[in-house]
Amino acid sequence: MKDFSREEIDHVLDTAEKLEPVARGIEKSRLLDGKIIALLFFEPSTRTRLSFETAIQRLGGQIINLGSVEASSVMKGENLADTIRVISKYADLIVMRHPQDGSAHMASEFSSVPIINGGDGSIHHPTQTFLDLYTIRRESHLEGLKITMAGDLKYGRTVHSLCHALSLYGAEMTFVSPPELRMPSEIVRDMERRNIKVRETDSFENVIGDTEVLYMTRVQQERFPDPEEYEKVKNKLKLTGELLEGAAPDLKILHPLPRVNEIAPEVDDTPYACYFQQAFYGVPTRMALLALAMGVIE
Amino acid sequence: MKDKRDLKVQAIGNGTVIDHIEAGQALNVLRILGISANCQGTVSFLMNAPGAKGRKDVVKIEGRELNVEELNRISLIAPNATVNIIRDFEVLQKKNVVLPTYVEGVVRCINPNCISNSTEPIKSKFSVVRSEGGGVVLRCLYCEHAISENIAEHLV
Ligand SMILES: Nc1ncnc2c1ncn2[C@@H]1O[C@H](COP(=O)(O)OP(=O)(O)O)[C@@H](O)[C@H]1O
Ligand SMILES: [Zn+2]
Repeated sequence: MKDFSREEIDHVLDTAEKLEPVARGIEKSRLLDGKIIALLFFEPSTRTRLSFETAIQRLGGQIINLGSVEASSVMKGENLADTIRVISKYADLIVMRHPQDGSAHMASEFSSVPIINGGDGSIHHPTQTFLDLYTIRRESHLEGLKITMAGDLKYGRTVHSLCHALSLYGAEMTFVSPPELRMPSEIVRDMERRNIKVRETDSFENVIGDTEVLYMTRVQQERFPDPEEYEKVKNKLKLTGELLEGAAPDLKILHPLPRVNEIAPEVDDTPYACYFQQAFYGVPTRMALLALAMGVIE
Repeated sequence: MKDKRDLKVQAIGNGTVIDHIEAGQALNVLRILGISANCQGTVSFLMNAPGAKGRKDVVKIEGRELNVEELNRISLIAPNATVNIIRDFEVLQKKNVVLPTYVEGVVRCINPNCISNSTEPIKSKFSVVRSEGGGVVLRCLYCEHAISENIAEHLV
């Protein structure tokens, strides 16, 4: 994500906006007519995969699939480089997801067709960041945003990429997390160097009223060796209807999903809840990325 | 001709002398240059030699003039090293090593989950930058992990 300039991000988001009626099924598109797109998912993912499939079909493209990893040649010991060399001879574009960090970058060295990274390892998931940015732009605003990120800020890759991307637009950032899961100091320092105002705290107190976008993330139990400690943290970072009483009227709540219980169900019915809308925005965003990578849109 | 009898290690006729290496890094310099027992020519080194700016190591490679790219890799672990090309027992050329902007296959990424640490047919790739504190930072082109300390410990 660090490789993208503000102009490039804006261009992707502009394109997504143009394609939104197609994503909604209101308009038809043949942009990917006659194109074959390979989905290589080397690890399970429902949302990312389905939203890519939706995006491709809405644009009239065809899909070929790896099938289950167990049944494919990957299990026969073929390396990723060879798999990519072969598949890139079949398909016009490859969307891949792989458990190892940097695998998409490597794939692009061996592929004769464009690669879209649908998430590799624990660090990069650029299409998620694009859809987060698109959601923020559609539902709030990108420029000088007052954003609060909450939950697991240490391991959550979506919040790390989002910080970098938002810093291109200027922002005020508040990080809410238990001490064990604080935003890495490298990123905090990086933000401050870019003149981003950063505030760190461990509870929602005094935060909600001053927030335009609240980006929630999941706190995973396996991060806490002590189950009691996990319960405590979980309850402290749970977003409830009560907490939202002091919210600014235009607050928007985002979550990359799946959520466990960090957002109480009563929040879903408030005008602040934006996470299901966010899931939908994954479709026009991925349509834009596909169309731009294929060169069917300038 | 300068009197070479004071040289603690035998004078060489033709080859390369790498001087002003941080004390203790001589073996790593050989490693980074890929020089091992099966290379031709004599390799000798001086460790912990007294120098004007404290203790230093010196490496002398006989019969081989290394190319610029190879030599500049040394700067990753010994930024103050100087390289002297020796011909006919005389110092023909003397230059400082320059930090490269990119290195391939020299250092291993510290992220165990990085694709460059797998069995895939690729070499490690790093961009090289100077940190604000003046140290050297390597950033993996695959996974973006940074190595800023003990680079010598991660030589391939
Ligand atoms: N013929 C040679 N054989 C081996 N080492 C040499 C030879 N000539 C010079 N050196 C070594 O190369 C380095 C640079 O030599 P020189 O330019 O004379 O010294 P300095 O850099 O200290 O002025 C020194 O470590 C010196 O000992
Ligand atoms: Zn790496």
